[in-house]
Amino acid sequence: MSNKEWPIWEVFIRAKQGLNHKHVGSLHAADVQMAIENARDVYTRRMEGISIWVVESKHIHASEPSDQEALFEPANDKIYRHPTFYILPEELNHM
Amino acid sequence: MEINLEEVFQQKIDNEIKIEPRDWMPEKYRKTLLRQISQHAHSEIVGMLPEGNWITRAPNLRRKVALIAKVQDEAGHGLYLYSAAETLGMSRDEMLSELHSGKAKYSSIFNYPTVTWADMGAIGWLVDGAAIMNQVPLCRASYGPYARAMVRVCKEESFHQRQGYEIMLTLCTKGNPAQKAMAQDALNRWWWPSIMMFGPNDEHSPNSAQSMKWKIKRISNDELRQKFIDVTVPQADILGLTIPDKDLKWNEERGHYDFGTIDWEEFNQVVAGNGPCNKQRLKARVDAWNNGEWVRDAATAYAEKRAKREAGKTEAA
Repeated sequence: MSNKEWPIWEVFIRAKQGLNHKHVGSLHAADVQMAIENARDVYTRRMEGISIWVVESKHIHASEPSDQEALFEPANDKIYRHPTFYILPEELNHM
Repeated sequence: MEINLEEVFQQKIDNEIKIEPRDWMPEKYRKTLLRQISQHAHSEIVGMLPEGNWITRAPNLRRKVALIAKVQDEAGHGLYLYSAAETLGMSRDEMLSELHSGKAKYSSIFNYPTVTWADMGAIGWLVDGAAIMNQVPLCRASYGPYARAMVRVCKEESFHQRQGYEIMLTLCTKGNPAQKAMAQDALNRWWWPSIMMFGPNDEHSPNSAQSMKWKIKRISNDELRQKFIDVTVPQADILGLTIPDKDLKWNEERGHYDFGTIDWEEFNQVVAGNGPCNKQRLKARVDAWNNGEWVRDAATAYAEKRAKREAGKTEAA
């Protein structure tokens, strides 16, 4: 008798050919094969996907919420990275 | 400079910024959510039992596949919700053990028996209908994982209600007098428990105000209950059934239906464990857990064995 809980897996589904896999949720499974089978039953009962990725949650590394400013704020004032920053004559259509 | 975390938190909520698992949150917010989401998950899981009761006796294949699909959805909804609750720091096994010990509650509606086939209709129509009314505002709950789980749940729930209503409609419009009487009897038994699903009256719901402030809850119990009654009365008319409430009547001035007094004593008794099926429901869940132990152990042992074999292969190479 093991009192061990099955590990948690994060599930990513590709909705259709041409789209990227998107995180949809998580589940418990003893191993990778069971994780994919469970993901099929839990997250694709209504044709939500054609491909499944599962990753054991412990392998996901996340940025710290407290680092949010340090990481993402510098992009805020760089509007010159956007096309609308550049002022061009009207007669130049569609550039 | 001292930053008041709680103020920053409330500001985010006020600005409709979702809270995510690793963000700072007040301990009481975490606990409130954990209780609500795990109870919600337990309700989905226990909710499979009353309907599971009729799968083998569904009147035809069409009804049977639909009922199986609905019960399977409920298992899925339970799993989405357990996952959301786990992000708040309680393990799945802990939640299950709280259910099995009776410490955690689940929706009282599932402590009523399903004695006829018409109950499958009444449950889909009324119980799922009330659940949808409750759940739609939860799709905008302030906690991200809960809101996302609810979006999935709500998408799937509308088939549940429609299949239930179709069962009622068939009994009422194509059935013989005995079948129509069976539908009326189911409505009589499920009506009051269904409108109790929205919880105590607002003045007796002490935690509501805080939950509203935290935007876990968006609409009050009484408001949701009124909304449910207003949409359900015309649906009963289409079926030609009578809602078992002699005080039910349209109030032109309010623009709503007035309805009779709810027997909260019955509600409290069922919550306290004295409903018709409390013991049976809990026993079914505990038995499922205990009888499944060897399966869980075998799967764990198999996974370990396979991991070892894989490791051996890598070494050999």
